[in-house]
Amino acid sequence: MSDATFRPATDETPLARRALIALAVTGLSVLVLAPLVAVFVEALRDGIGAALQSLSHKDAWAAIKLTVTIAAISVPLNAAFGIAAAWFITKFDFRGKAFLITLIDLPFSVSPVVAGLCIVLTFGANSAIGAWLVDQGYPIVFAMPGIVLATMFVTFPFVARELIPVMIEQGRAEEEAALTLGAGGWRVFWTVTLPNIRWALLYGVLLCNARAMGEFGAVAVVSGKIRGQTATIPTTIEMLYQEYLSVAAFTLAAVLALLALVTLLLKTLLELRHADQLAATHRH
Amino acid sequence: MHIEIDEISKQFGTTAALHPVSLAIPSGALVALLGPSGSGKTTLLRILGGLEFPTSGRVLFDGQDATGLSVQQRRAGFVFQSYALFRHMTVFDNIAYGLNARPSATRPQKAEIARRVTKLLDLIQLPDIGSRYPSQLSGGQRQRVALARALAIEPRMLLLDEPFGALDAKVRKELRQGLRDIHDTTGLTTVFVTHDQDEAMELADLVVVMSMGKIEQIGKPQDIRARPATPFVREFIGA
Repeated sequence: MSDATFRPATDETPLARRALIALAVTGLSVLVLAPLVAVFVEALRDGIGAALQSLSHKDAWAAIKLTVTIAAISVPLNAAFGIAAAWFITKFDFRGKAFLITLIDLPFSVSPVVAGLCIVLTFGANSAIGAWLVDQGYPIVFAMPGIVLATMFVTFPFVARELIPVMIEQGRAEEEAALTLGAGGWRVFWTVTLPNIRWALLYGVLLCNARAMGEFGAVAVVSGKIRGQTATIPTTIEMLYQEYLSVAAFTLAAVLALLALVTLLLKTLLELRHADQLAATHRH
Repeated sequence: MHIEIDEISKQFGTTAALHPVSLAIPSGALVALLGPSGSGKTTLLRILGGLEFPTSGRVLFDGQDATGLSVQQRRAGFVFQSYALFRHMTVFDNIAYGLNARPSATRPQKAEIARRVTKLLDLIQLPDIGSRYPSQLSGGQRQRVALARALAIEPRMLLLDEPFGALDAKVRKELRQGLRDIHDTTGLTTVFVTHDQDEAMELADLVVVMSMGKIEQIGKPQDIRARPATPFVREFIGA
């Protein structure tokens, strides 16, 4: 080096560093921040009164209630399934493990619209199961159970995907230690496994929740988008937008964005509050 | 407790980790399972602890068949290679874990648990670390906490997997004596796995040399040194 200062091998030159930061800031602003701001600006174009009025419409209110209910059902179920799948995959050796992991990833690679169609084909009135269920008074398609199924299909991988690498990294030794100390399977799970994975589980659940509330494609196919009944926030936004009711559409979009921001805020708060614990439970 | 291993074998898929091996461990002995990696010594230890089950053969504790006993029923104090301390619990809670895990009928009162944990912390000569987390301990301290946690369940035997493997040379020497002292105080039948022949020879009453899933020689350290039974043993102990 020509000048007298030395810099660590992993450091960039000041110029390169500034260029990288500029690139990241520009990308983030254009791709994330600007659209988010635009949603709120559009929603408030005719003033806060107009925005609130559009929300007080009964269809909008029904959509919000439905979306929250769907998330409240599908997220806990997917958390339970995700934990079970991750536990099974990481703590046991068996044939067909790779296949099971692929199966868990399937919802990521299948288009949500295709997933929705699959549910319609399996449980719709034209299938044997679907027809029977309709006769019993429990229709799946164009009703809430179908939306829950579609949402669960699409959001299935989030929790498991978040947990599997963490649980692989942690290995089985702590569980084995608990067993040798006399603990039964449930006790090991509640006192050793769950506390060790709680942060990964929280991230998985938050991601799962965000996606469950925002899911459009699969839900649009199975729900039939009946206003006031099976239309969720995302499908209602689309319908309002198609009808040029842009204040109403963007207000509802702002609500959806706010729900996501609240979950992010929650996560940050939890991290701040338990920072010492987080540091202590991380390896060394 | 007297331990007898009777023609134990273990297959993992198509590979044989243990060919039928037999071994009698007298009550109160301090035994080293010595061998290179892949010799089957850890598998044998895990079979004794109930963490693996043999493909064939029997394990007898004090003459009783214990082959089918679950890991919880074995009541073996097990110290793992990297100690496997519960990282989200304090040292106190780590040591108390086995007592808290007992069914309510046999679980000691809270005060009694605290008394026993304090006693164990004294035994490992770390009386003041109860409120710390494992990540705040040195390697040697972790090993001793793992030992205290294993002793808390009033085990019938002590099983240790490479107990000194993760430590530097100086701490290693100190803790060797520590293990010897704890063994002599408690009188527990103790089996430890090691690949370090110095450690085995210096610490154990009885050394079991293993290679490729077979026992090459069983004997007192001085006898093995004086009369290696096979070329493998001669080479491995560098006699």
